[in-house]
Formats: sequence, structure tokens, C-alpha cells
Amino acid sequence: MAASLRLKAAVVSILLLVFGLGLWEGLTPTVKSAEEMTEYELLMGGADQEARVPPPSDVIGRAWEELSDPFYDNGPNDKGIGIQLAYSLYRVLAGYFLAALIAIPIGFLIGMSPLMYRALDPFIQILRPISPLAWMPLALFIIKDSQASAIFVIFICSIWPMLINTAFGVAGVRRDWVNVARTHELGPLRTAFTVILPAAAPTIVTGMRISIGIAWLVIVAAEMLVGGTGIGYYVWNEWNNLDLTSVIFSILTIGVVGMLLDAAFGRIQRAVQYQE
Amino acid sequence: MEPRPFLEIDGLAKRFPAPAGGAPLTVFEKVSFDIAKGEFVCIIGHSGCGKSTILNILAGLDEASEGAVIMDGTEVSGPSLDRGVVFQNYSLLPWLSALKNVTFGVRARHPDWSKEQVLEHSYKYLEMVGLTQGAEMRKPSQLSGGMRQRVSIARAFAIQPKLLLLDEPFGALDALTRGTIQDELIRVWSGSDQTVFMITHDVDEAILLADRILLMTNGPYARVAESVVVDIPRPRNRAEIVHQPGYYEIRNHLVDFLAVRSREMAGSDKGNPSGMNRPVTVRPALDGGEEDPVEGPGTDNVFSIAR
Repeated sequence: MAASLRLKAAVVSILLLVFGLGLWEGLTPTVKSAEEMTEYELLMGGADQEARVPPPSDVIGRAWEELSDPFYDNGPNDKGIGIQLAYSLYRVLAGYFLAALIAIPIGFLIGMSPLMYRALDPFIQILRPISPLAWMPLALFIIKDSQASAIFVIFICSIWPMLINTAFGVAGVRRDWVNVARTHELGPLRTAFTVILPAAAPTIVTGMRISIGIAWLVIVAAEMLVGGTGIGYYVWNEWNNLDLTSVIFSILTIGVVGMLLDAAFGRIQRAVQYQE
Repeated sequence: MEPRPFLEIDGLAKRFPAPAGGAPLTVFEKVSFDIAKGEFVCIIGHSGCGKSTILNILAGLDEASEGAVIMDGTEVSGPSLDRGVVFQNYSLLPWLSALKNVTFGVRARHPDWSKEQVLEHSYKYLEMVGLTQGAEMRKPSQLSGGMRQRVSIARAFAIQPKLLLLDEPFGALDALTRGTIQDELIRVWSGSDQTVFMITHDVDEAILLADRILLMTNGPYARVAESVVVDIPRPRNRAEIVHQPGYYEIRNHLVDFLAVRSREMAGSDKGNPSGMNRPVTVRPALDGGEEDPVEGPGTDNVFSIAR
């Protein structure tokens, strides 16, 4: 039953994909080859002066080209997609883990202590809604390094969901389980690691999953600003080259990598999930 | 001077401060009783009389507004491994297997033990409650209510606390399961010299398990009014206990208390003026019921219990 449902869903997905691509391909007028042009058209420099969105067949061709040699490096403006993705992933993961390193302990503190919750709450409420890119000028000025600034922007955008979810998860640990720790005379550290952390883990990992999603959204914009390397820069560079085929290809790549990151955290989430 | 009892509860009270414009709420007061080492004591009373609060105070999880709890010569303050607790909702850690839940307790009790020692000790207690052959590897969510409570009991006994506190341990179980686990509890308990203090709502359960049953009047201003001695020889079992002489005398006495007198006596200070006096001792199973001449504080407290 479940398997047949999955099969049906897959068939519908494929049909939708084929239909969508077909429509796209069909609506894109093919550029006539030089022999078929009238004299007038030749004088005017081609049939159509307007740049058009390339058809999917072009995009697939480009994807094949790029993916068959993802790690070539022909200087600053011509690097393989694999290299660009590696730069972006490095920045995302560096900023993300720095954020986790700070957000989870502070989240613990806030979740355990109502005093700290109240004391830190106004800061969190003001800092949280700031667009991570708004930090960029300040970061560039203080850090004086565009690479590190991009990492900082990732850090600042991924810290909030982790912080808030950790605090929420820790504060919501069932009283009974804390009492189990108390009646077993566990010290504060052992209570934190053997009772509160596993109890709050599903909520914490949910926050981490939200954070990695946001970080991947933000890195593209940050790299467009910072330039140099990365998938965001790649998109912008191809736009400047007016190579829309590559733009579309890189947009799809961003989607696929984001999906993989989310799936990885989905797995972690299932691993720490427990049933009451 | 006679030796002090193992557990002494003196003038315990729980009061909540007045809400704006109201009077302060006294849940119970002047609660005093003793428990001897190795004794199995049940406490019965209607909901809201503060039984669970008393148990939590004994566990060190809650604080009394007045009075003191003295165990083995030292005052109880804060939770300790010397006082194990089994809650009605099992309070197992859901992310650990049944076995890990038990080793969790054993390891806390004996941090110096090797892994093998901890495992061996844990298995011993899991076997006592009949949880082996793979069941011990399951998570609590994959176990039935009865099996969960067995794990909880195994964990509490494995810690070998000086005092074991059971808060309506069988309250959430169906009658059949409750019966089997009661038998298991008696078996595990009689093989130990464990002192047990247990809350229950079930009169038959109390008679089956307890050496002595404490009766609480209704709240607010609840107190422990009587201490009923269960004069039925051990070993007891569910099937035969009802044929024991004295069973129905005890049962009727308890039911009468719960149905009538717990209400009549509610809020009154009758027979317990100082707050330090122990509750009246009653032995319904002995001829006609008689009051313990030593502990009975006055003639006010003679109830006609032979019916």
C-alpha cells in the first residue's frame, strides 16, 4: 500500500517534470541557423536581438559539461562548479559550527535559568530580526577580510534558531526526568549531559536544521556581495557574462545542495528522536 | 532512652501563601509518624489530602512549610540515593532501553564499579521482575505499562536505597497486571530488608502489601489520623489473603474511614492537639479491635471498630 503510493507519487513527479520541461522547451523559440536567415536578417546581425532564456536542453548540456569536470581551475573567473561549491560549503560549515559552539551552551544557560532568560531576552529580540547581510559592512570594516566576513555573516544568521530552540528544548524537559536525575544525586554536569541533553536533543536538532537551511540561503547572497569564490559569486559572475544557461544550472545546484544538507540533518533528527 | 525510630516525621505541614485577597491554604499539618527499619507502610487518603506532597518531601524533592523528617538520625534535606522513588508515571528515561534505565541508576549508586559489575547487578534485578530475553533491550515506549513499571521497580530496588518511596505505582495499570506486579513487589521486597513507604488508593492492595496503613483525613488541614496495623501473617498472596481471619475487619475499617470518618474528622484537631503525637494505632484484626495503650493519646480517639 505504502509502496504503491510511493510509486504513484514518483510517476506523477516524473510526468510533471517531463510536462514542465516540454512546455519550457516548446515555448523557447529556436534560433535559426545562418543559412536559413534572410538577407535582411543577416544585415541586422541575426534573427533576434533579444537575449532569451535558454531551453532546458541547453541547461542539461551545460550541466553535463560542468559536472564531468567539476574541479578545473582556469584562474579567478573560471573555476569548476565543484570548487565553487566547496568554497561555499566551507564558509557555511565554518560559520555554522562556530554558531553552534556558542548558541548551544548559551541556549542551555537560558533554558536552565529563568534569570538569564529574562536578562538576555531583550538582546535576542533586537538582534534576531536583523538581516544577516546588514552586518556585512560592519563585519568588513572590523574584520578587514572578505572571507572571514562571509563566515561571520553565516555565524550571525545561524545562531538564532539554534539558540532559541536549545533554550526552548532545555526549559521544556519534563520535570519527572529532572527529578530522576535529582534522586540519583547526579551533579549539574552529569545531569546536563545524561538527562537534559538527550531529552532536549530533538528540539535542539530541529533548531540546527532550521539554521543550516538559513545559512545556505544567506551564503549565496553574501558571496554575491563579497565576490571572489563560491556558488553565490558564480551565479553573479555568469550573470555578468550573460551566460543564462550557467545561471540556471547554478540555481539548480544550489537547490540540490540545500536539499542534501537538509536531508543530512533530517537523519540526525531521526537518530535523536525518542518516543515518550 | 528507647532507640529512635529509623524514620521520624515530626509536625510536617504544607501551606501555600494566600492568593491576593484570600486566605492561605494549608494542605496538611501536624503530620507525624514513625517508620521502623524494614517496615512496609502504605498511606491512604482521598485526593487532595497531600499524600504525594508528603512523599515528595520524604524524597527531598519538595520542601515542607513546617516540621522535619529525620532518617537514620540525620535530617532529610534535598534528594538522595538513600531514598529511591517510583512514580505513577514510571519516570523512565524514554531514550534509554530498559536495561540502560537500570544501569543508569546502578552507575549513579556505584560510580566505582566496573561495567561488568554494573551489568550483572542490573540483570539480577531485571530478572527479579521478569524482564529478560530481549525485553530489556526495548525502549520504554515499546513496553506495556506493566513492563515499564517493572523496569521502574527494578531500578529503584537495584539502587538499594535505605527508604523506598512508591507513589501510586500501580495506579495506571489494569487490574490483572496490577495483581501480578503486586505479587512481584512482595516477592522482591520480602527478599530484602527494604523499608517502603507507599501511596495507594486501593484498600485491598494496601492490606496485601503493608505491615501498617496510615489513614489521612480529607484536606485542607489534612492529617494522619490513624495507623492501622495489618495483623495478617506473611507470606501473603492475593488469592488466599481474603480467607485470612481479620481481613474483612481491616477492610471494613479502612472503607468506613474513607467513606465516612475521613470527612467527619476533616479539619478537626481531635486527638492530636500538640502536633507531635503519633496517630492512634488501631488493630482491627485482633479481637474486637483494640487501641494500643502506649501510643493512644486519649479516650477521645476510641472508635468503635468492631462491626
